[in-house]
Parts: sequence; C-alpha cells; structure tokens
Amino acid sequence: MAMQWLPPDWPGNFWAHWAVFTVIIVAFILVMFLAFTWFERRALAIMQARLGPNRAGPFGLLQPVADGLKVLLKEDIVPAKGDKLVHWLAPVVAFVPAMLIFAVIPFQGGALLADLNIGILYIVAISSVTTVGIFMAGWASNNKYSTLGAMRQIASVVSYEIPVVLSVVGVVLLAGSLSLQQIVAAQDIPFILLQPLGFLLFFIGALAEINRTPFDLTEADSELVAGFNIEYSGIKWGLFFLAEYAEALAISAIVTTVFLGGWRGPLLPDWLWFLVKVGIIFFVIVWIRTTIPRVRIDQLMALAWKFLFPLALLNLLITAVEILVWPEVSLWVFVPVNIAIAIVLIVLWSKFFKLGWGKVEV
Amino acid sequence: MKFERYGLGIAKGLTVTIRHLLRRPVTTQYPEQRLNPSRRTRGNELIWDEAKCTGCGTCAKACHIGAIHISTSTDLVNNKYEVKSYEVDTGYCIFCGLCVEACPFEALFMSYDYERAQYRRGDLFQSKENMAETPERKVSGYFYPGRAAKLPKQSLLVDNDRGKR
Repeated sequence: MAMQWLPPDWPGNFWAHWAVFTVIIVAFILVMFLAFTWFERRALAIMQARLGPNRAGPFGLLQPVADGLKVLLKEDIVPAKGDKLVHWLAPVVAFVPAMLIFAVIPFQGGALLADLNIGILYIVAISSVTTVGIFMAGWASNNKYSTLGAMRQIASVVSYEIPVVLSVVGVVLLAGSLSLQQIVAAQDIPFILLQPLGFLLFFIGALAEINRTPFDLTEADSELVAGFNIEYSGIKWGLFFLAEYAEALAISAIVTTVFLGGWRGPLLPDWLWFLVKVGIIFFVIVWIRTTIPRVRIDQLMALAWKFLFPLALLNLLITAVEILVWPEVSLWVFVPVNIAIAIVLIVLWSKFFKLGWGKVEV
Repeated sequence: MKFERYGLGIAKGLTVTIRHLLRRPVTTQYPEQRLNPSRRTRGNELIWDEAKCTGCGTCAKACHIGAIHISTSTDLVNNKYEVKSYEVDTGYCIFCGLCVEACPFEALFMSYDYERAQYRRGDLFQSKENMAETPERKVSGYFYPGRAAKLPKQSLLVDNDRGKR
C-alpha cells in the first residue's frame, strides 16, 4: 500500500498543528490510561481464573472512572517535615516526561507533533527525567523508606538505560535515521525480524525501566507498601500512577514504532494499525506480569550488566558489520541469519550467566 | 542440557497463562450466582421440632458452650414434660452439632442456611417461635442421611455449576 503522508503542518499552519496534536496526545494518553488500567485488571484476572472488575458499568468499563473519582476525592496528605514544594512538584516532574515522549511518535504517516530528526535520542533523554521526579518524591517525603525506595528504583532504572539505548542503536543503524518517522518508513521488513535480539533486549530493558513485573521489586505491591511513593495520597499519588501507565503506553508505542513497523500494515487504516500494535504490546506486558515471578535485586542487576549489556554490545557490533560489509545484500537474507545469531547468543550467554561466582542459584 | 535455563521455562509459563484466557473463572459472583452448600452443612441456625421434643434436656447437657436453655414444667395428667421455653443463643453457638447428635427423638436439626446473619447481637437469639422448620428455614442433612438425600447436590467448582439453588 502506498504510504500516505500528512503534510508537516497539517491541518493548515504551524499553530493549528501544534494545538491539534497537543489535544490529540493528551486525549490519547488519558483515554489509553483509562483503557489500560481496565484492560490490565481484566486480562490479569481472566488469566488467573478470576473475573476482575465487573460491577461499574457494562463489563466494569466504568471502573477506571470510579477509581479516578476516588483518587481525586481523597485527602492530600503532605508530611509535616517534608519539603512541601518538592513534594508537590515531584509527581508533575515524573508525569510530564512520559507525556512528552508522545511528541515524536507518529500515529500515522506525518501525524505527529514534531518530526524531530533526533527522535530516538530525544525519547531516551526525556524519559530519563522521570527518574528525577522519583528521586524528588523520595527525598521530599522526609521518610527514610521512601528515600531508600527512590534510591533502589534509580539504581535499577539507570542500569537498564544502557542496554536499552544500545539495543535501539542497531535499529538506528538499519534505518539510517534517528527520526521515528524515518524509522517507520524504513521498515519494509519490520525490524523485529531484522533485530530479534535487539527487540528482546529492548523489551526486557524497557520492562525494567518502567518497573513492570518481573522487575517491579522496588515497589513490589504484594510484598512492600510501596517504594518512593509511600507518603503520597490523593491525586498526587494518582499522578504517579498515571505516569506509570503513561510510561507503559509510551514503551508500547516506542516498541511498535521502532520494531513492529509503526503504523504500517495492510487493509486497516494506518492509525488503527498503530493502536492495534500498541494494544498487542501492552497485552504482552500484562501477559508477562501474570506469568513471571519477581526477580531478586542481585538477579536484576546481574541481568542488566552480565546479560543484557554484553549482548547489546554484540548485537550492535554484528549489525554494524552486516551493514558495512554487505550493504548490497537484500535485507531478507539477514532475517534468518539474525534470528539464528540471536538464538546462539542467548543460549551461549545463558550458559555463562552466573550469580555469586556460581554459588548462588540463578 | 537443561533448556529451562535458556528461556524455555519462561515460554512454557507463558503458554500456561495464555491457555487460561479460555478457561472459565472459578470465582462465583455471589448475590447473582450461588453455590449449593454441602448437604450436611451446619448452617447458622438451629431448627427444633416442638412436636417431637420431649423436653428431656439432653441437647442442653450436650452443649458444652451452654447456649441452649430449656425449661420445662411437669404435665401430671399426661405424665410428661411440657416445654415452656426453648432458647438458643446462636451468638454463643459454635455449630459443633453435638446437640443434634445427642437428641434421642430427632427433634433438633442444624439448618441448611448460611445467610442468616443479623445486624444486632440480640437478633441472634432464637426462641421457640423462630425455630420451626419452614420453607425459608431449611433443615440440613447433618446427622440425618435420609434428609440429606432429599437436598440438592453440592455444587462443585470442577463441574462449573454455578446455577441458582
């Protein structure tokens, strides 16, 4: 299907474009947030042979609205000796970057707020700011547990940033551009086939970065009260929750754009393809949450530094060699080759993967 | 070679969870769906048959909680006891069923109901007037297999039977 591109200043001039897409992005995030919370609870429940929320509205569809109302009406408690201003700012600092990510994500050809030529770099940079908000929250609460919670969250997030960024670089090499628009345009073959290892590394690392199971040990909701957000209540807590789901949505959108061919697909309209792929990725995230138990902190760190990081480096090297040495060869040739390389590397590295010099069970 | 270590274990787990998408939930949506309790259930009331009771007081003696109060007067003409009051404080009752087992005249039963919770502690007090067997106050098959046979079968979750009773 011929790609149809919206003009860069659709629907007319610069400011109209800005206004329309700002509204679209905010609405998209809020609607998807409501949909995702409902979808996650339902899907999780069904896979655990339960029913999930089914009282508010048909199929419990109004449950997120009820939850939102509850959160809005709750008392806003600020610790007496906490840093009031920072305590107030932290949820905003955590949430806004998650929203800003969507500025560069194309919903369909040309349909994005700003086609930055450094799109991926922008996403990597902006999404790290969330960590600052988390640390602000931990610090401002004047509570040792929330400070510790924030610290360990940062420790895990910062470690996982490295393999995530490195695994995206492979895609950037293939596409020859950092712009997400161009990356989508370059995907005549979805990059999940050309970069199977990169996809796995990115997805695992992204799960850890947004604190989803199996890497949610810093705020393990079945074991701990919470991490950095113990001292938060009401809408401020709600903003952290919103930020968490906005990040999950952002990760789904980034994976869709970078690895699954973005809005490209046959028959259906482009934006619908984008939504479907985002939904599938989010379903996989939920699916993983039902399946895999939480990892320990040593496993978490070892996975980042001993498994994902070297594999990401190797993946980058292999991709670079493939592109430099055989630029004329059809990319289809590399699909089976790269899948084979991914399997071999994973098996090999799993053999090497040890904890505590092999004295601790993996 | 243990392939579980190379991601195969995770893949197996993922197939198990995805298969559960097609399974029916095991939860019961209580007020709309009800499960039949065991036919020998010891529900939260006692049922007493005034016609059969001879006022012997065996049930009160068997009750180690002391939740049964029975007072009788002597009917000299017919040469038997007349039950003046029969009271059970189900707030004290531990539903052990010993009184039912002790009764030599098949006059005392456990109830089949489990929904007789009350708002006030005083309402847990049962006396003669509200101890008779009625359609709302069904008799459980506890200690009486003949009565148990007439009750509906217990619904088991494996049968996926969540019908109304």
